[in-house]
Amino acid sequence: MLLADKQATLGPITRSPGYWTTVWRRFRRDPVAMFALLVILAIIVVAILAPYIAPQDPYKGMSLRRLKPPGTPGFILGTDELGRDMLSRLIYGARLSLFMGVTPVIFALVIGSVIGIVAGYVGGWLNTVLMRTIDVFFAFPSVLLAIALSGALGAGITNGLVSLTVVFVPPIARVAESVTTSVRTRDFVEAARASGASALTIIRVQVLGNVLGPIFVYAMSLIAVSMILASGLSFLGLGVKPPEPEWGLMLNTLRTAIYTQPLLCALPGLMIFVTSISFNLLTDGLRSAMDIKA
Amino acid sequence: MTIKERPILEIKNLSVTFTAGRKPVRAVDGVDLSVARGEVVALLGESGSGKSVTLRTILRLHNERRTKMEGSLLVRGSDVLKMKTRELGDLRGRTVSMIFQEPMLAMDPVYSVGQQIIEVIRKHEPVSYEEARKRALHLFERVRIPSPERRLDAYPHEMSGGMRQRAMIALALACKPEILLADEPTTALDATVQVQILLLLRELQHELGLSVIFVTHDIGVAVEVADRIAVMYAGRIVEIGPVRSVIRTPRHPYTRGLLSTRGHGGRLSGKRLPAIPGSPPDLANLPPGCAFAPRCALADDRCRAQAPSPTTVDEGHVVRCLRTDATTQSLAAADVSA
Repeated sequence: MLLADKQATLGPITRSPGYWTTVWRRFRRDPVAMFALLVILAIIVVAILAPYIAPQDPYKGMSLRRLKPPGTPGFILGTDELGRDMLSRLIYGARLSLFMGVTPVIFALVIGSVIGIVAGYVGGWLNTVLMRTIDVFFAFPSVLLAIALSGALGAGITNGLVSLTVVFVPPIARVAESVTTSVRTRDFVEAARASGASALTIIRVQVLGNVLGPIFVYAMSLIAVSMILASGLSFLGLGVKPPEPEWGLMLNTLRTAIYTQPLLCALPGLMIFVTSISFNLLTDGLRSAMDIKA
Repeated sequence: MTIKERPILEIKNLSVTFTAGRKPVRAVDGVDLSVARGEVVALLGESGSGKSVTLRTILRLHNERRTKMEGSLLVRGSDVLKMKTRELGDLRGRTVSMIFQEPMLAMDPVYSVGQQIIEVIRKHEPVSYEEARKRALHLFERVRIPSPERRLDAYPHEMSGGMRQRAMIALALACKPEILLADEPTTALDATVQVQILLLLRELQHELGLSVIFVTHDIGVAVEVADRIAVMYAGRIVEIGPVRSVIRTPRHPYTRGLLSTRGHGGRLSGKRLPAIPGSPPDLANLPPGCAFAPRCALADDRCRAQAPSPTTVDEGHVVRCLRTDATTQSLAAADVSA
């Protein structure tokens, strides 16, 4: 009776919005981040729908129409050094470039999180062994490590993915470890233990629930780096092999024409720049939107 | 008189030593304590006296690798210190549960309060999500959280301090425990909210027939909730007895010191608040005799040489002091002057 009265004065019962609803509401208010999100979504849609959107066959060249400048009738963005349509190649290139940017990060996210969470939760000598091993990888500059691994494994998409994954595991593991260590000593973990939760339950519920957000945001910021590294590998001839359209590789093959058609040569680079900066801005927006308690 | 029931919790000669540092620290040293069904015992003492450590040992929450626990700790007749991981998981939260000092820190920030209660219920009992939610709602009504339906979906940071502590109590009572451990549950709250929470705890304890061990450094709180008070100093229980007896006729010089430092409403302002001289001893480096001797006005050579053993001074009132003769005398004198 009394309770009902109280509810009446408080007005209708509205559910308090969940965490992610709040994050999304805050994220939507950030115009820069929203714009970045739209750019990325547009690129993803274009990549998926490439066969329907591309005006020409990206593999079909013709020596007669080599290196036409942007604005040529029939070839809006011109043609490359083998006379293939630039626009179509850029559209198809989005597929491989995105794939090379996102996949290694996903693999690294899984492997690195497991290593970091185990090291952080168990602690002791296991932490020392795992994290010092990770530190060994940290000693190499990431570009050098990726190049060295790809060089040793040989060129190709799979080897490129493997080497990029290896490059991204250490930073993710380190972030996961430090967040886990800080979560592990918090009171609510002890409270969970006091209410009878087993170590596995605590890792699954308390640790993952608190750790996944920060790691996820961090991994998103790595996508931009991954794309640039993948393009770099292709540029050096260690990643995607011709004639596949990939932005980094296109940059490489077009470099010979830099004096005759500078604008044309800059196009794949521009795409890499736009995509990676969009991922960066998106991550920044997401990070501040998730920082609700600050 | 009814036949004396076996106490639900029996702690015998419990010692807890932390071995992480360079020198082992004996935080709890030979504690004996038994708690009957439906009884409230307050563990009173200053920081570092071992009260919280004793409480945590009951659930074995200490890091096993860096803690040595000796003695026995029987909950309903089975020794917690010898339990296997699975038995321990069943004990925690089900037979014995705990309320923490800071509910903001003791609740997981990324899950709603309701989710956390449901999680605990479903961990211990094979019930459906809907059933568990219904029970969580009922618990919220029970601890008198206004508009419980809505509050169930709230996150810890969206609640006020008092409300959070109520939710924490609901969480602790989720699986109908028999023993409730309260680690300074009102310390982090406003004075007005403190009283509400104490009354609620007392009421729930009465209704559910809970045994409660209540850790506090506030004598007023202890008097408010407890049937018996155990005063701890340097890891030992120096005085234990019924509230009335301990408060009216404290026999240990330390308890008397604590009682006199209490800022009574009747105390004249402008007068200096009496304090116990010195500071608590380093637990890694205890004096050979009575641990309180260096700060005690009544201490003599005997006190500095040998540790006092428990002496019964009254019905259920036990003191660890060699100078009970002196404290009894001065008590009589104090009565006259008052």
